[in-house]
Amino acid sequence: MSVLATRDLIIDVPGRADGTPLNITIEPGQVWGVLGPNGAGKTTLLHTLAGLHAPRSGSVQLNGSVIGQLRRRQVAQCLGLVFQERQDGFPATVLETALIGRHPYLSPWQMEGADDYARAEAALERLDVAHLHDRLVSTLSGGERQRVAIATVLTQAPDVWLADEPTNHLDLHHQSAVMALIAEQANQGQAVIMCLHDLNLAARWCDHVLLLYPNGEACWGSRDSMLVPSALEDLYRQKLAVVEVDGAPVFVPIKG
Amino acid sequence: MLARLGLPLGVLLLAALASLLIALGVGSAQIPPAQIWDVALSHIGQGSGDTLAWTMVMELRLPRALSAFAVGGLLAVAGALMQVLLRNPLADPYVLGLSGGASIGALAAMLGGLGGLAISGSAFGGALFSTFLVFGLAHGSGGWTPSRLLLTGVVVAAGWGAVITLMLAMSPAERLPGMLYWLMGDLSYARTPWPPLLLLLATCVVLIPLGRSLNVLARGPQQAAALGVAVRPLEWCIYIAASLLTAAAVTTAGSIGFVGLVVPHMLRLLLGNDQRLILPACALAGGTLLVLADTLARTMIAPEQLPVGVITALLGVPTFLFLLYRSR
Repeated sequence: MSVLATRDLIIDVPGRADGTPLNITIEPGQVWGVLGPNGAGKTTLLHTLAGLHAPRSGSVQLNGSVIGQLRRRQVAQCLGLVFQERQDGFPATVLETALIGRHPYLSPWQMEGADDYARAEAALERLDVAHLHDRLVSTLSGGERQRVAIATVLTQAPDVWLADEPTNHLDLHHQSAVMALIAEQANQGQAVIMCLHDLNLAARWCDHVLLLYPNGEACWGSRDSMLVPSALEDLYRQKLAVVEVDGAPVFVPIKG
Repeated sequence: MLARLGLPLGVLLLAALASLLIALGVGSAQIPPAQIWDVALSHIGQGSGDTLAWTMVMELRLPRALSAFAVGGLLAVAGALMQVLLRNPLADPYVLGLSGGASIGALAAMLGGLGGLAISGSAFGGALFSTFLVFGLAHGSGGWTPSRLLLTGVVVAAGWGAVITLMLAMSPAERLPGMLYWLMGDLSYARTPWPPLLLLLATCVVLIPLGRSLNVLARGPQQAAALGVAVRPLEWCIYIAASLLTAAAVTTAGSIGFVGLVVPHMLRLLLGNDQRLILPACALAGGTLLVLADTLARTMIAPEQLPVGVITALLGVPTFLFLLYRSR
């Protein structure tokens, strides 16, 4: 199982001071939530962790190797990323979209085989979009496209999941279903890091939390040590009320 | 999977062979397929050789038909590659100013009274110069984006257009017909078909293993990088390949528009977006289209010849519009 770690990492957000160097180790089976207001650099952090964005200083290490020195194909075999924004250049069907998750494992001359199709179909089934498999992705609703994107990473089956607001556009039921899927991945030994806007999802499904402030300051630790109302009010500049429901704290913004 | 690729490619291959047979048979003297067969047999030392038919088929029509096939294939593959690179359906070697650069080179050589090989070499140099100009300007400091590359190409192409008009306006009347024919594409000066044909074949062989990476790249560079594609080297590879293909095509047959834009689109509307299928299909369909267009160009008002670029546009525009209209 792969481990992702950062050494004195400063992410490169243009025009911002360095802030806190990040020294995080993400072990197999952990679920990390990254919380912060708009523009705090959550997406930049996730892309830096994936090796898609060069850090200002420090390094990201995947299984002990600096990620920028690994070949992209090696990285893609252990690390998958659910993007917040997607482009559709050319029309593609739902099944074709899920199937590209197998790209890192296939040699250049190899065609997708029955096993690859089976994995893609199973992932679509798991995300409740199997019935759409011949539809063009461009004709789907926002929530359906989000589920197809997650199915693509599930087909990729990485050891480390990076997910940028995986519940974007999803209805309540599918939010829960996606979070349950992510928890299931963690139980199987995968590590998960996801950016979230919903504090209550973080409180419910994450075991570790990283708070990212707009000035680059950051703190991280176990969920219970981080999800302190005063710290969160400071992070979002928003007064919060806390109640407990179903065994987890629920944060509600209040007026004033 | 193989059947999915094999069937359309098989059909296109048959169409390509049929188009070559038509091109060999049709002209000032009609040669029926049976006689072409005879000529082919006599080529390998069997059957009765008819010297006149032999000369006409093997020395006049075959090289020209094969040149047309190679040029059409090169242009269509180059267009398909540019469209994947820029993730924009409008991209095409002509839109991006490559053929404009080639035209300037060729026209300058003609104005200077040079002929034959010098015109080809000058066209090739112009295409490559335009390529590096567009790519260098779009790159600027920092990376380039598809929209920036496309805009730079369109503006450079417009600039070349103005220079071409200027050169035509200033050139002596007796040189004008040759220059105009070159600008509209003309295969009658095509010499040996083998260099472009071999380039087309080599490109297809090199591109097939890259096909799946191109499919992933078509979904955007970040998504492609996240799925294990080395994006920058692949993009450079596509750009250089597309430029070389275009330069080779315009060097052989002058400036023939439309094939690079229309053929990949028609195939995408019919066959989907798997580049492993689209690229070889482009080579076959682009070749077929140009062989047929050239046959029409040299027979419609025989013994006069029409520029083949006019025919590709006249055939391509309605077909393309029909497919686009029907696809909604």
